[in-house]
Amino acid sequence: MERMPKWADLILTPLISLLLAFGLSALVILAIGESPAEALKVMVTGSLGSSYGWGYTLYYTTNFIFTGLAVAIAYHAGLFNIGGEGQAAMGGLGVTLVILALPWPHWTLALPAAMAGAALFGALWALIPAWLQARRGSHIVITTIMFNFIAAAILNYLLVNVMRPVGSMDPASASFPAATHLPRLSDLALAFGITWGKNTPANITFLIALAACFAVWLLIWRSRIGYEIRAFGRSEPAALYAGISPSRIIVATMLISGALAGLMAINNVMGGGERLILNAPEGAGFIGIAVALMGRNHPLGVILAALLFGFLYQGGGQLALWTSIPRELIVVIQALVILLTGALDNMVRMPLERAFAALSRNRG
Amino acid sequence: MSLMKPLLTGTLLSLLPVSVLADPALIFDIGGKFDKSFNESAYRGAERWKAETGGSYKELDIRSEAQREDALRQLAQISANPIVMTGFAFGEVLNKIAPDYPQTKFVIIDTTVDQPNVQSVTFAEQEGSYLAGVLAARASKSGTVGFIGGMDVPLIHKFECGYAQGVKATDPEAEVLINYTGTTAAAWNDPVKGGELVRAQISKGADVVYAAAGATGIGVLDTAAKEGILSIGVDSNQNHLHPGQVLTSVVKAVDESVYLAFKAGVEVEPGMKLMDLASGGVSLAMDENNRDLITEEMTAAVEAATQAIVSGAIQVHDYSTDDTCPVE
Repeated sequence: MERMPKWADLILTPLISLLLAFGLSALVILAIGESPAEALKVMVTGSLGSSYGWGYTLYYTTNFIFTGLAVAIAYHAGLFNIGGEGQAAMGGLGVTLVILALPWPHWTLALPAAMAGAALFGALWALIPAWLQARRGSHIVITTIMFNFIAAAILNYLLVNVMRPVGSMDPASASFPAATHLPRLSDLALAFGITWGKNTPANITFLIALAACFAVWLLIWRSRIGYEIRAFGRSEPAALYAGISPSRIIVATMLISGALAGLMAINNVMGGGERLILNAPEGAGFIGIAVALMGRNHPLGVILAALLFGFLYQGGGQLALWTSIPRELIVVIQALVILLTGALDNMVRMPLERAFAALSRNRG
Repeated sequence: MSLMKPLLTGTLLSLLPVSVLADPALIFDIGGKFDKSFNESAYRGAERWKAETGGSYKELDIRSEAQREDALRQLAQISANPIVMTGFAFGEVLNKIAPDYPQTKFVIIDTTVDQPNVQSVTFAEQEGSYLAGVLAARASKSGTVGFIGGMDVPLIHKFECGYAQGVKATDPEAEVLINYTGTTAAAWNDPVKGGELVRAQISKGADVVYAAAGATGIGVLDTAAKEGILSIGVDSNQNHLHPGQVLTSVVKAVDESVYLAFKAGVEVEPGMKLMDLASGGVSLAMDENNRDLITEEMTAAVEAATQAIVSGAIQVHDYSTDDTCPVE
C-alpha cells in the first residue's frame, strides 16, 4: 500500500481520531442528560480560556512530557516501560532527600542537585527490572508494573514512619524551605512586566521539559547509543550481529527511561507541592503511555500529546468542579481518547491510506 | 486576581444560580462524596441543612492534589462563604491561601490550621475508641479482640491506640490483634481483604473486631456477621447493617460539624473546635439494633468510663501527639 504524506500520518490521523473520541463523548454526555456544548465550553475556558487555566494545563503538561518521553525512549528499544508511575514516585523521594538534607541557600543551587537526585532514584528504580529482563528474561512489562506497587509501599512506609514531622496527621514530608521554591512561570512573566497565570503551579520545570525533549531527540537520532537503541528495537538478532550487546542496551535504555520519569518529580514535588506527599505522581506515569503512543514516540509528538492530555486533565477537573457531570465520566472521555488514538489507530489510518492512494492514482 | 475574571464571568457564573453569593460550599477530599464513611457523613450534614433551611450550597469533588488550591481559590472568588472542607490533606494549602481571602470563613475538618478566618474541627477519636475497647473487652469471651485499620496512616493509629487502651483498662490480660488493610489509598475500599483479615483474626481467637477502615469496614462487618462474631463499626452508625451482630459503632459527628458550620454561615467562629466525648462530637451508637447485645453491666462500665474521661480522671492518650501508644 502506498504511503500517505507525512503530514497526514502525523497530524490528520490523530486529529480525526480525536474528533471521533469527542463525538462519542458528546453522545455519552447527552445520554446522561447533560449538554455536551456546555461541557466543552467549561473544559475549554477552564483550561485554555485564561492564563489561570493555562497555568494549570501547562503544569500537568510538564508531568506528561517527562513520563511520555520515558515511555517513548524505552519503546525505541522495543521495551514497554509501564513503571513510570513508580519511577516518578521514587524520583520524588530523591528530590525530597536532596532538598531536606542540606540548607540550600538558593534554588539555582538546589535545582541541579535535586534533578540529579530525581534522575538517579528514577533510574535506579528502573535498573532492577532492566537487569532482570537483560539477564533472566523476566518480562519488563510484568516487573515494571510490580515495581509500581513496591514503590508505593516503600513511600508509604517512609512517609508515615520516617519522614513525617511528629504531630502531623498528614502522611507527607516536611515542607521544603522557601529558598528552594522554584520560580513559577507567573513570576517569570511578571519579570517581563506581564501579569500571567497568577497562583498557578506551572513553574520553570516546563522549560526543562522542553529542553529534555530536545535532548531526547539528539540522543535517539543523533548519537551512537541512540542508533544502537533503534537498531536493537527493530531487530535483536540484527543488532547482535552488528556487535551490539542486548543486555547493555536494555540496561542503558531503561536507566535513561527511569531517569526521565524520575525527573517529573522536579515539577510535581519541588515545583508544585513543595513537599512529598503520598501518591505524588497521581497516575501521570500511566498517562505517559498514552502520550507516547499518541505522539508516535517522537519528542515533538510527545509535547503535542502531553498538551492535549494536560488540557483533558485540567478541563476534566473543571468539569468535575463546576458541572454536575460525575467525575467518572471524565475518565470515560480520557479513555475514549486513548482508545481511539492509541489502540484503534488503524481504524482511522487504513481508510485514510486508501483515500490517499486513490487520490494519487487519480492524479496520475 | 484580575485574570480570574474572564474565566469566572465567562463560565462559572453562567452555570451557577445567581443566589450563589454567600452560599456555603463543601469540598470533598479525593475519596469522593459517597465513600460510605467520612465524606458521606459531611454530605449528610450539608443535606440536613439544605432540607431544614431550603438554602442551596455548592459542592465540589476534587480529583488531584493540585486542584485543592484551585478549588479553594475559585470558591473564594465566587464569594462562597463559609467554605467547608473535609480531610487533613487540605491543611497545608489552606494555611497558605486563607490570608489571601480575609473576608471568607473556612472550616477544615480533621486537622488544625492556625489562621484568623479558619475554624479547625478535630475529633477525639481516641476517646470514642476507648469506649469501644471497654465494650469489646467485656463482650469478648475468649479474651482476644481484633482491630482492622484501613490505610496505615497516623489517623487510624489514633483509633487503634484508643481502642487498645480501653481494652487493657478493662481486662489487662486481654490480647489485641492489629491488622492494616494496606499501604495505598485502595486500602480504604477493599472489603474482600477486610473479610480475609477478620478470618485470620478469628483463627487466632478473636471474637470481637473493630474496623476503622472506610468502605473496607463493610467487608469486616459482613464477614464477622457470617462467622458469628461481634463487630464494631465506625464514623457513621453502622449498627443497622447486621442487627444484633454489630456490638456498637464509634460515631464521629462530621455531619453535625458541617451542619453547624452551614447554619452559622458567615458568622462561623474561627478557632479550634474539639469534638470530643464531652461535647458529643464522638459517641457510641446505642439503638434498637444492638440493645440485646449490651448488658446492664456494660452500660454501667461505659457510663463510668465516659464520666471519667469527661472529668479528666482518665486521660486517653492521643497517638498523634507523639506517635507512640503506651499500651503496645
